[in-house]
Formats: sequence, C-alpha cells, structure tokens
Amino acid sequence: MSSVVETPVAALADPGDLSEEQLRRMYRTMVTGRLLAERFWILSRQGKTHFVITSQGHEAAQVGSAMAMNKGSDYLYTYYRSMSVALTMGFTPYDLLLSVLGKRDDPYSGGRQLPNHPSSVAWKMPSGSSSVATQIAHAVGSAYAARVKGEDFVAISYSGEGATAKGDFHETVAIASIHKLPVIFFIENNHYAISVPEQYELPEGGVANRVAKGYAMHAIAIDGTDVIAVYNATREARERALRGEGPTLIEANCVRLVAHSSDDNDRYRTDEMRNELKRYDPVPRMRNFLIERGVLTEESDAETVREITAEIRESLDRAEAAPAAEPEAARRHIFAEEG
Amino acid sequence: MPEKTIADAIHDAIRDEMARDPTVVVMGEDVGYKGGVFKITDGLQQEFGMYRAFDTPIAECGIAGIAIGAAFSGLKPIAEMQFADYSLPAYDQIVNEAACIRYRSNGDWGCPVVFRSPFGAGVHGGLYHSQSVEALFCHTPGLKVVIPATAYDAKGLILAAIRDPDPVMFYEHKKSYRRYKEEVPDGDYTVPIGKAKVQREGTTLSVITYGVGVHWALEAARTVEGEGINVEVLDLRTLHPLDLEAIAETTAKTGKVLILHEDNKTMGLGAEVGAFIAENCLDSLDAPIVRIGALDSHIPYNNEQETAIIPNPVVVTEAVRKLAAY
Ligand SMILES: Cc1ncc(C[n+]2csc(CCOP(=O)(O)OP(=O)(O)O)c2C)c(N)n1
Ligand SMILES: [Mg+2]
Repeated sequence: MSSVVETPVAALADPGDLSEEQLRRMYRTMVTGRLLAERFWILSRQGKTHFVITSQGHEAAQVGSAMAMNKGSDYLYTYYRSMSVALTMGFTPYDLLLSVLGKRDDPYSGGRQLPNHPSSVAWKMPSGSSSVATQIAHAVGSAYAARVKGEDFVAISYSGEGATAKGDFHETVAIASIHKLPVIFFIENNHYAISVPEQYELPEGGVANRVAKGYAMHAIAIDGTDVIAVYNATREARERALRGEGPTLIEANCVRLVAHSSDDNDRYRTDEMRNELKRYDPVPRMRNFLIERGVLTEESDAETVREITAEIRESLDRAEAAPAAEPEAARRHIFAEEG
Repeated sequence: MPEKTIADAIHDAIRDEMARDPTVVVMGEDVGYKGGVFKITDGLQQEFGMYRAFDTPIAECGIAGIAIGAAFSGLKPIAEMQFADYSLPAYDQIVNEAACIRYRSNGDWGCPVVFRSPFGAGVHGGLYHSQSVEALFCHTPGLKVVIPATAYDAKGLILAAIRDPDPVMFYEHKKSYRRYKEEVPDGDYTVPIGKAKVQREGTTLSVITYGVGVHWALEAARTVEGEGINVEVLDLRTLHPLDLEAIAETTAKTGKVLILHEDNKTMGLGAEVGAFIAENCLDSLDAPIVRIGALDSHIPYNNEQETAIIPNPVVVTEAVRKLAAY
C-alpha cells in the first residue's frame, strides 16, 4: 500500500488571500457532499435507488478545483464521481436526490442518465456519459474552440487515474500540448480502478510524472485531500492556460473511503487498509485546520452539520414525493425537436 | 450554371459555408496544408487559417472527441475521417457520445458535428480503403446518416448537414467523386435530410438504392429501356432516418422492388428496407423483394476478386430483367 498518498498528513497549505467566508464555504460544501453521499448509500441499502456512486475521500479535490474555475464561462467536464463538483457549482442536495431517484425533474437528465452525471447549460457542464475518459477529449475540444473564437475561457476535465490508460486521454493530451490549448486535466488519483490497484493500472511513477516526461507538458502531483492546495494549484493552472502557456495536468492524490459503487463489494481491500485511509480523510482535516485558525468553533461546526442534515432530510422528502419520469417521454430528445 | 463533380460540389459548399459562418471549422488528418487526401478541403487553411482548417495527428478517437467538445462550445465542426475504414477508432465517441448527449441531457445539449468520410470500393484500395460502414451507424438512435449520389445533392446535403443541430455521418463514395458531373447552381441551397428522391420515373419496377447504386441502377434502366421495362430509381439519400413514405409510395406504384447497395448484403440497409416493405406494403407487392449487395466479404486488392465481390451494372441489369419477368 505504499502507493497510497505519499504526502504526510500535515497542516493544510497556506490559504493565501482566500477569505474566511470562502474557507467556510469550501468546508460547508465538503460536509454537504459527505453527508449526502452517506444518505445515498442508505437509499441504496433500502432499495430506493438502483445505483449510487459517491465522492467520499474526493471532496477536497472536487471542491477546491471547482471553486478555482470561473463559473459560467469555463467549461467543466465531470465524471460519475463528481458529486462534490456539482454541489460546488450550485446544484443542491434536492437536485442530486432527484437524480439518484431517477425522477422527472432531475435537472441533469430527467432521470435518464445514471445518478451523478452532472449537466448544466448555464454553468457550462456538458452531460457526461459513463464511458471513462471520453470527456477528456471533449475538454480539449472546448479549449480548441476557445482558440478558434479567440475567447478567454478554460476547460477542465475530471477523471480518475484509471481513465488515463485510455486512448482518448493520450490522443488528446498530446494535441493539447502541441497547440498549448487552455485546458486542465484534473486527475483524481484514488489508486484504484474498481478493484485494480495502481501498480497494475499505470507504469510506476504516477500520472503526472509520465505525462510531464512523455508529453512535454506541465504536470504536477498534489495532495488531493488538502482543499487549499487543490484550489491553489487549479487557480495557477487556470492562469497559465489564460496566459497561453498551455495545458496543465493536476494529479490530485485522493483516497476512496468506500466501495467503488453500489455494485461493488470492496472485498479486495481489508478493513485495515480502509481504516488506514481515514487518516487522510479530507473533511476532518479541513475541520481541524479551520478550528485551529479560529475560522470555525466546535459549536459552529456542530450547527453546520445539523443544518445540512436537516436540509438533506427535507430534500429527500420532497424528492421522494416528486413526480416520476413519464413513459410517454421515453423517446423524446433523440433528435432536436422542432421549434 | 457550372458543371461540377461531386468532389468539387462538396469542396465549394464547405468553403462558402466557412466564409458565411465563422463557427464552421474542418479538422482531421492532412485536411489543412495539403487540403485532404481527396482534396475536399483544398485551400481552406490558406484562406481561413490553421485552426479553422486544423491538421491533427493520426488520432481518430481524439479527432471525434475534440469535434464533439468544440460543438459543445459553440463551433460547427466538420471532422474528416480520412477513410471510412479508419473511422472505427472513433466509433465509441460517435455512438456513445455524439449520438447520446441530447437524449442523456433531456434535450439540453446538442452535438452539431458532421463526420465526413470517403468510403466504398472499386478503386483497388484493398481491405482498408474500400469498406462501406454506413450500416454500423444506422443502428444508432441520434445519428443521421447521409450519402449523396449526385453533385447537386452533395452540395445541398452537406450544407444541410453542417446546419443540422444533431450529428450527421456524411459518406462520400470515393470512386464517384470525379466520375459524375452535373450542373450545380452557385449560391445557397439545401437538400433536406430525411427525404429520398426519385431519380428516374418508371412503372415496371422500383430500384431502391443510394450512393453509387443510383448510377448502376440508372445504367441498368437505360440498358433495358428498349425491352419495354420501365425502371423507377429511388435514391434514398438519407439512410437514417429513412424516408419510409417514399419507399411505400414507389412500392405501391410499381409493385416490384429491388433493393441495391454496395455494402455487404447480410444485415445491410436492404434488410431494413425489405423488412419495412414486408411489414407494411405486402398488399402492394406483385413479386418477392429482391436484394443485391456485396457478397458478404472483405474487399480484396486484386481486380478479379474485387470485381467478383461488389455488384455492378451488369449484375443489376440481369436482376432487373428477371424481376420484370416475374
Ligand atoms: C470505457 C469504459 N470501460 C469500463 C468501464 C467500467 N468502469 C467504470 S468505472 C471504472 C474504473 C475507473 O477507475 P478510475 O478512472 O481510476 O476512476 P475512479 O472510479 O477510481 O474514480 C471502470 C473500469 C467504463 N465505465 N468505461
Ligand atoms: Mg481510481
């Protein structure tokens, strides 16, 4: 298990000019992601949803990176684990619950796509498929469009490290590097592709190392359980892209605290292995950091958790009562509709 | 009115559309500086710059994926797959991404990309420069599949494809590129996607076909003209979605149907057209449906075997005589 998060569990990075308000918002979004994910797993055990896939252990990577992007102008290409990216952008627990329950008003897809595949035209988040790595190519396409149109926006693709084995990744990272396109490849390395550990997924040395050497491109590995380090790295990558200095690959080392999805039993890991990962849990790390700095108190934190729990409970009641998807609409939107 | 080949009609239409609409771009292998291996994008990089006529590495999956992402960001990309045979590395991006995004986003996102490819046999291209791949894509909801047979239609259909809000597979028969010429009006016009066209009126029997098959059918029709056989030729032009009305109409008119394509016969488009007629037009039929396609094979390089495998006007003529006599 030496491959899991080599960085020591230390204090978080220097927040620089992030305001206390911003730090609290980061933390609140991470806690929302965590509590909502726990609710999803309960819904799965209750048989109320067909499928869940969640971001426990990835919250810092997702919240920190999404907060660093310019909402409404940058393009965000998410993947099936990106629920904390979605919350950062402005989707609510109610929205995500509609998706998990496959309801008509699911804002991503009207209940058609599997849960946790975010989509928003206003926030420039094109709906993703479930095929790994395809969205990486799309992000390069958006960056190419920025070049053609002469517009100042950046695209970011989210994926796991497992996705970096696919041709879509290699073909389009190369093109982004050749033309110095304004794109960020954000890799959430949780060191597993379902059951296959990193040592059998990737040649030794990690994703950033390989890309930096092989594709003449800026690539860095960071502690993906430190939300501030993630924010800083993504901000900087974004600025590089806008300065015309080309793409950056950010390998954010995370932990996957739960099974891959509700279809996975996680038996390839022992309890001991999972317990060891808890040391890197990004949520308590951020909480302790904020309490030490006086940005949070034990009391205010407990209040935050109570508020979010109540919001999730209330949202779930509404989502369960919301109308089901309509069979008459099953064949709508295969092609554009007239008018 | 100028006479143009199919190749020139497509080239000129793309050029004019790029001049009209700054969001139209072409991308692919050799499409820029060289102007494409079949010269369909000739001069576009010189006129519109390196990014609007974008030379990519050899990476079909990447080309398709980049075209798709660019479409999400407001461009109207024309992605060239250098040969239809080499579009298969992009199959996942086309089928799982371009074709699905509208459905999976409940209508919020669309993917206005044209995937163009030269395709087809008869040029001694061997196994990997001769394939017909249209049937592979006709099975996918969300894709439109277009094959023009004439220069007039090639121009009108490529313009319709570029302006279509959904992904369009646009196949150009490579042997036909410079063999068939006709008058093509200057200026802007489109030919609607989803509409077939009667290329020749007739009463004895109908040949339902597309692409180079249209020319084989027209040649056969001319050959048998003096024998009292009057062949109607229906050019499908769009293979997905099919113009079912036009198919039913010609079937009702002549009562005898021969379906023809260069693609392999088994599971080819003829199977779908034939099944539609059998399900819906049985009362109109005066004879069994006849299908002609390639002999379910790969396409060999040598002339003797290639000729043996793909249909030709002589084979079509024989089949027409037989069906007329039924
Ligand atoms: C092309 C493709 N092959 C297989 C799968 C099935 N699958 C879903 S997730 C996954 C593992 C992905 O691992 P990684 O990219 O590291 O992301 P993670 O789930 O660990 O965040 C696999 C094999 C898929 N979705 N797409
Ligand atoms: Mg992984």
